[in-house]
Amino acid sequence: MSIIVLAEHAQNTFKKKTFEAVQYAATLAQSMGTTATAVVLGSADEAAMQQLGAYGAQKVLHIADARLDSLSSRAYTKALAAAAEKEGAKVIVTLHDVTGKAVAPRLAAKMKAGLVAGAISQPDLGKGFVIKKTVFSGKAFAFINITSDVKVITLMPNSSPVKKGEGSAAVEKLEVVFDEKDFGVQVKEVKTVSGGTVPLPEAELVVSGGRGMKGPENWGILEDLAGSLGATLACSRPVADSHWRPHHEHVGQTGGTIRPNLYIAVGISGAIQHLAGVNSSKTIVVINKDPEAPFFKAADYGVIGDAQEIVPKLTEAVKKFKAEHAG
Amino acid sequence: MKILVCISQVPDTTSKIAFSDNNTHFSTAGVTMIINPYDEWYSLVRALELKESGAATAVNLVTVGKADAEPVMRKALALGGDEAIRIDADTTDPYVIAAQIAEYAKTENYDLVLCGKETIDYNNGVVGGMLAELLDMNYVGFASKLDIANGVATISREIEGGEEIDTATLPLVVSCQKGMAEARIPNMRGIMAARTKPLKVVPAAAIESLTAIDSYELPPAKTGVKMFTADNLDELVNALHNDAKVI
Repeated sequence: MSIIVLAEHAQNTFKKKTFEAVQYAATLAQSMGTTATAVVLGSADEAAMQQLGAYGAQKVLHIADARLDSLSSRAYTKALAAAAEKEGAKVIVTLHDVTGKAVAPRLAAKMKAGLVAGAISQPDLGKGFVIKKTVFSGKAFAFINITSDVKVITLMPNSSPVKKGEGSAAVEKLEVVFDEKDFGVQVKEVKTVSGGTVPLPEAELVVSGGRGMKGPENWGILEDLAGSLGATLACSRPVADSHWRPHHEHVGQTGGTIRPNLYIAVGISGAIQHLAGVNSSKTIVVINKDPEAPFFKAADYGVIGDAQEIVPKLTEAVKKFKAEHAG
Repeated sequence: MKILVCISQVPDTTSKIAFSDNNTHFSTAGVTMIINPYDEWYSLVRALELKESGAATAVNLVTVGKADAEPVMRKALALGGDEAIRIDADTTDPYVIAAQIAEYAKTENYDLVLCGKETIDYNNGVVGGMLAELLDMNYVGFASKLDIANGVATISREIEGGEEIDTATLPLVVSCQKGMAEARIPNMRGIMAARTKPLKVVPAAAIESLTAIDSYELPPAKTGVKMFTADNLDELVNALHNDAKVI
């Protein structure tokens, strides 16, 4: 009765968030006295899959059908259900990302499994199967007990430790028969917008701008700061609504909810709706010229001053620090 | 083409969140309830646009909730929509919500089911996917555009670091987010019309919960902000490295 974890990959590359999910499943498996099996869908090579063993996967089940190279919620559900059946799995883990959110609910409904979406803790087995998650868009947490026999968890990226260990997973093929109906959704075109930076939901470092930036033409200084840190850019709702920045950068209650290690907010006053989306960040730095900005109350570090003055100086300080600590 | 729009009532985005009964219940005292913004701004308005353009013949609204959910359903009817259905159940388990809606919808032959990308109270975003499975429909999540022609939907959806354009055959469930439509405000004619539109109450089916809320917790208050000035930003960077250990 091992634990199944969906090990997502993009063209054969496994990212940190996948290792995080695999390790989460392996840790849980250990607490439950069992092992974790990673499931890889679509075209992937053996060596890449074997490295999942270094994150605790005992075994990899590879369902190699090339039609699984793009997401189909029906086909992925069928594949995971087949893997779960083969392993006699009672717990299935995916990430709480675009893929996991499309597949886990289908799978949970198919298997009549209780689902906790966006888990940020290991299940507390002493209390049943109680998992912590963020609710009310970051304003609170809930502890949810899964009471059904089969359980599905989607893990919030950047919420569980990732540490590479030793080991190599044995890769086993699994054949699953799909039919035409499983591919009722067809991909016609893919447009990539972010140029090489880490996507916002997984970003560990985020630099975010608000209305206080005064206009899209002033974003260069934020891009420089983000560049010096290797951070991803985000923005507040008024900025996205005014089309200063693309919608996918919007964080807050009605945008994305993120939990980076560092969130630097520039020219954002800190309305309750914005705080909701970002207050799970581990460290918050607020730069604002208004000393009364409510965001300072939610911040760890603050600087009162004009963005045009402070941000370039901060970028210089970061560069200096990086130069001193290089190598 | 018949469209079903799933509506959830949630606390207003400005609400202060508090819990009662030893942190086991969400306290609704003094909280204004609204239509979940993703359900209202994106799914409902897009469904109405599809009807106005002639692509859809009917737009029905469904919610799972007790009688206290009726004011938001009247508001949703005031925006548009032909009739509202309230399934009389009180639950926080997404499977129960999806299964209750599926139980009602399975004999109604909907071609398209729309829901918001998530509710702003429990932030699950899973009812759409569950419904698709229970109703044996295709599913596309996090859509920012949706058009329908000749029984085929063309959808733009969010992917990691970009956007993907998909086509999908009906029947179909789509979860909607920003970009789908522009928010509308109900006009007086809509509000008047909503008073007499049907709001049917359907008894809950016997469906067992698969999850239960054990307790809630509020985030710990920040201990206090440490201030820096334009002249000691080096110290801020050092604090981020040595104290916060984030860079």
